[in-house]
Order: sequence, then structure tokens, then C-alpha cells
Amino acid sequence: MNKIENNKAWFLVLPVFILVAFSAIIPLMTVVNYSVQDIFDPSTRYFVGTEWFVQVMHDAELQAALLRQFVFSLTILSIEIPLGIGVALLMPTKGKAASLGLILVAIPLLIPWNVVGTIWQIYGRADIGLFGAALNAIGIEYNYASNPTHAWLTVVLMDVWHWTPLVALLCYSGLRAIPEMYYQAARIDKASRWAVFRYIQLPKLTNVLIIGVLLRFMDSFMIYTEPFVLTGGGPGNTTTFLSQSLVKQAIGQFDLGPAAAFSLVYFLIILLVCWLFYTIIMNMQNDKRG
Amino acid sequence: MAWMSWTVPTALFFSAIGLILIGMTIWQTVSPSVERQGVIPLPTTRGDRLFIGLLSSAFIHLAFVASTELHVAFATVFCLFWMMAVMRWG
Amino acid sequence: MSSTNETLIVPVSQAEKRQKRALVRGRVGLTAYLIFLLLPIYWLINMSFKTNAEITSGLSFFPQQFTFENYVKIFTDPTWYMGYVNSIIYVSLNMVLSVSIALPAAYAFSRYRFVGDKHMFFWLLTNRMAPPAVFLLPFFQLYSSVGLFDTHIAVALAHCLFNVPLAVWILEGFMSGVPKEIDETAYIDGYSFPRFFVKIFLPLIRSGIGVTAFFCFMFSWVELLLARTLTSVDAKPIAAIMTRTVSASGMDWGLLAAAGVLTIIPGLLVIYFVRNHVAKGFALGRV
Repeated sequence: MNKIENNKAWFLVLPVFILVAFSAIIPLMTVVNYSVQDIFDPSTRYFVGTEWFVQVMHDAELQAALLRQFVFSLTILSIEIPLGIGVALLMPTKGKAASLGLILVAIPLLIPWNVVGTIWQIYGRADIGLFGAALNAIGIEYNYASNPTHAWLTVVLMDVWHWTPLVALLCYSGLRAIPEMYYQAARIDKASRWAVFRYIQLPKLTNVLIIGVLLRFMDSFMIYTEPFVLTGGGPGNTTTFLSQSLVKQAIGQFDLGPAAAFSLVYFLIILLVCWLFYTIIMNMQNDKRG
Repeated sequence: MAWMSWTVPTALFFSAIGLILIGMTIWQTVSPSVERQGVIPLPTTRGDRLFIGLLSSAFIHLAFVASTELHVAFATVFCLFWMMAVMRWG
Repeated sequence: MSSTNETLIVPVSQAEKRQKRALVRGRVGLTAYLIFLLLPIYWLINMSFKTNAEITSGLSFFPQQFTFENYVKIFTDPTWYMGYVNSIIYVSLNMVLSVSIALPAAYAFSRYRFVGDKHMFFWLLTNRMAPPAVFLLPFFQLYSSVGLFDTHIAVALAHCLFNVPLAVWILEGFMSGVPKEIDETAYIDGYSFPRFFVKIFLPLIRSGIGVTAFFCFMFSWVELLLARTLTSVDAKPIAAIMTRTVSASGMDWGLLAAAGVLTIIPGLLVIYFVRNHVAKGFALGRV
């Protein structure tokens, strides 16, 4: 759509700008201020320059958390995206069944994040949880509270349970946007199921999939509440992700300076990834318009 | 404002960013920027190049702080030239 | 004509058989997924109707001594049920605030070009992506310094950080689908902008507004980190109150499960109302 050049449109955007700036820019400035000082209380503080940044960049625990974070995000992406597409292809398309399917699949998205943690905390316990008890009954000594591998797998499974519906719903809606004509043409050509998927459905899904990947990557990158409730970051530090080590440092130990420097590094990574995806999405839309 | 714990360097930093943004806005209204493609494999406007320059400068600073003992001002001077290069040829 | 039909019929019936088999396989797969999805929730519901003695004594698929005791406790103790009231207050506040200020902005983004529009849009999106943990401490101090700590409005405002960009993003998508000619005709007919916007434009994107409100509700309802940090007593959300079930005598599992079940219900109600439109919201890919 050709848009009209009109700088008065700024007045329509102004309320949003002010509100978001209040919640985003002032805190961000504060974080920058904290990051260059050693703060004991508001009146006792010393300028330390880049000391905290040096410390953060060399902090082995943070590097480990960052690595865990990337491994975790890539793991859940590689499970949730294919699974989500699969579920979307199977969901009923017409009538009451379609509405029902939509609501059922959406349920995990509407549960507060700590309750998601609680659900899996209960479900995975060997004494009172169905999942934990079932695994133990078939001879696997499953215990997410003491075995690092089990804790890790449980967190991944919980995230798959929680967020695959988002990918599925995105793809489901993308599939609904394909005109029936395409399928008829495919039937006349006697195209196989795979060919229909590969040459008709997948290309139409590219757009929603990129956004699905973006959202899942970003949201998994800030995951906090669910593993906090489920494992508390343990056993040891095996399920401590970035947000959690940040909160631990800022509120648990009240190390304002290092926590702020850490926040900024974290924020810069987010900004970079966000910009890359945004540029890709915008370029794809421009290509489509020709 | 006391709780924000302002320091002179950070105040200068944000003033500079603010001035750049205001300056860019005025420049844009006086002579609108046209998208063009330079060394960066993307068509960019002036504002895009500013953003790319600032973000990469931030990462350069981090890498500098992580890998050397030198004063961070060296990185800042380097980034000034880097910014100019990005704005001109990016 | 008839001969071509006949040649077509044979392969179609074979294809139909194949299709039917695929359909059955699909149904089995979907059912398996739904079981994976619903079993943990069923387990929670199941537990919420059991007594603690029964929960810790063994596993059973149905409560042996069916009890409403856990729910009764929540609905009779104000420290419990006020949690739900608090959550609903700040979520509704946030929903109204986000949608109403996002509407004009989304209109501006969908119709006009202005200095810095693309960068502004990108900046808004980065706030949707930014991890709340980064802003946690400054938020606490910001809202304390303006005297809003432990109020519903503080949480509602804080959640605007990610919900306003989201609302702008979704609404812009819906608005771009409305032909620009409608605006132009209305202006020629002598409508002022506010009158046109409220009388003509908003009814056209009704379903878009519904979907946006749904997503704002959803993301505000499920968020805990900010809500917990910005409240202590008066505005404490239910999700934070749930941690109280841990006591010296151990976990009160039944009560925890009942509280969890009750947090799922508002979401279910809301999605039921927008079920026919929500697919369109997802189709824009803007969540």
C-alpha cells in the first residue's frame, strides 16, 4: 500500500512513545548508570569505569550460562518447529472440531508460567506424579531433582509442552490462508502428500515460520519462571539459564554493578538477533511486493 | 532522579546519543535520505547505517574490554572512525 | 465429456483410499499429541480434588475420596481469593490501556510515512523481545520513586512494556487489510478524523481489536517475574501467592493444584470468546 508522507502522524504515535519510553528508556539508562559504578547505597557509590564489564566478560559461570542458553534454545527450536508443523497439518479444518482443536491446543499458552512449572514439578515426581511414576515403573530411575540429565530433559520437555502450541497455531493459521484451488490442482496432478507439503504448504508457511522461530528463540532466551519453579536452576547449575543467573546476581546477592553490566551484554545480544530477524522479515516482504 | 545514580560519563554518553538522534531527525527533514547499497549487503538509509554503526561499536567495545588491558578510550577512538566509515561506505 | 470422467474416477478412488489411510494415521497422531498435551493438566485437576493424605499415599487416576476442601479454602480465605482479584484488575487495566493507546499509533503506522517510522517500529519490537529480568531492579526503583509500588497500576504499566508493542504490531496488520479508499471517502464526506476513526474505522477492525485484547490478556496473565517484583501485599498476583503452599509441614499439594486449576479458567473463557477470530491473528504471524 502506498503510504502518504505526513509527519503529523507522529502525534498519533506520541502516547505509545511516551508510555513505552517511560518503561523502557528510563530503566535502560539506569542500568547503564549502574554498570559503571560500585554501589553500596544511593549515596555511597564509586565510579569504576569498565571494571564490571571486564569481570562479566571473563566470568566463567556466565559464559557457561550463555552456552547452556544457546544449547537450550537450539534444542527446543529443533523439536518445536517440526512438531508444530506436524500438529498444524493434522488439526481438523472445519466445523466444531476445528474450534475445539484450536482451544485445546491453545490451553498451555494460557497458563501462568509458574503454574506450568508447578504442573511439571508435580507430574514428574516419582511419588505423586504420573510421568515420574510411570518412568520408574518401567525401570528408569528418573529423578529430575538430583540427576542433571533428567533435569535438563524435563525442562526441555516442559518447554516443548508449553510452546509447541504457539508454533502449531501459527502454522495452522498459515495453512488456512492457502486457497483450496492449489490443493485441487495438486490432486489433478496426482501429487504425493510429500510433494503437496514441499511445494505448496511449506512455501506458504515460510513467513509465519520465520516469525515462529524469532518468537521461540527470543522467548526461550528469556526463560525464567518455569525452570525456576521446576528445578530452581539445579541440580548444581545445570538448568540455570541467563535470566536466572541475572536475577540471582541482582536480587540474590545485590551486586548491582556486575548485574547491570551483565544485563547490558544480554540486551545487546537480544538487540543483534532481533535486528537480524527483523531485516530478514522486512526484506522478504519487500521481495514479495516486487 | 537520585535513584538513577547518574554519573558524568554516562550523562555525557546519553546526551551525545540524544543529540545525534535530534541531529539525524533535522537532517532527515532538511534532506531526506534515499536507500542505497554500499559495502553492507543490504539497501540502507542513513538511520539504518547509524544503528548498524552504533550496535557494532558496542560489540567492538565489549570485545576490546574482554581481550586487552588497554584503556577503553582507545576503543572509543577506533569506533569514531569506524562509525564514520560505516556512515560513508556502509 | 463422460469418457474423461470415467478415466478420472478410477485413480481418484485409489487416491481416496490412500487419503483415508492417511486420515486415520493423522487422527492417531493428533490424538497422541493431545494426550501428551492434556494429561499433565488432567493430573493437576485430578489432584485438586484429593486430600493431601490421599495424594501422598499413592497414585490413582480418580480421586478416591472426592473433596472440594481445597477449593473451599481458596474461596473463603481473602488472602487467597484476593490474589485472583488483583491479577484480574491489573490484567484488565493493562488490556484497556494497551489497546486504546495502540489504536491511533497502529493507524499512523499503517497509513502514513513519517520521519523515523521504521526505526520507531523496530524499537517498539525490541521491547517485546527484551527479557524482563534486565529491567527488574530499575523497575522496582522507578515505581518506588513515583510512589506506585504495590499498586495495580504499576503492574499494568510495566506489562505495557511488551503488550503495547504487541498491540501495535497486531493492529497494524489488521488495519493494513482495510482499503485506504474508505478513509479517503470518509474525509471527502466531511468526517473529522476522530469521528471517522470511532464511527467507521473501529467497527471495521472489530475482530482485530478482539484478537489484540486476547493476546494482551494472555501475556499479562501469564507473566510473573515483573508482577511479583512490583507488588508486596495489596496488589500481589495469584501466581505469586501460590508459593505460600510450601510450609514447615511440607507441601500442601492439593491446595497448590486447586490454585493452579483456577488460574487456567480465565484464559479458557477468554479464548472461547475469540475462538473464531484468533486464527486470523495468528495468520498475520504477529504474536
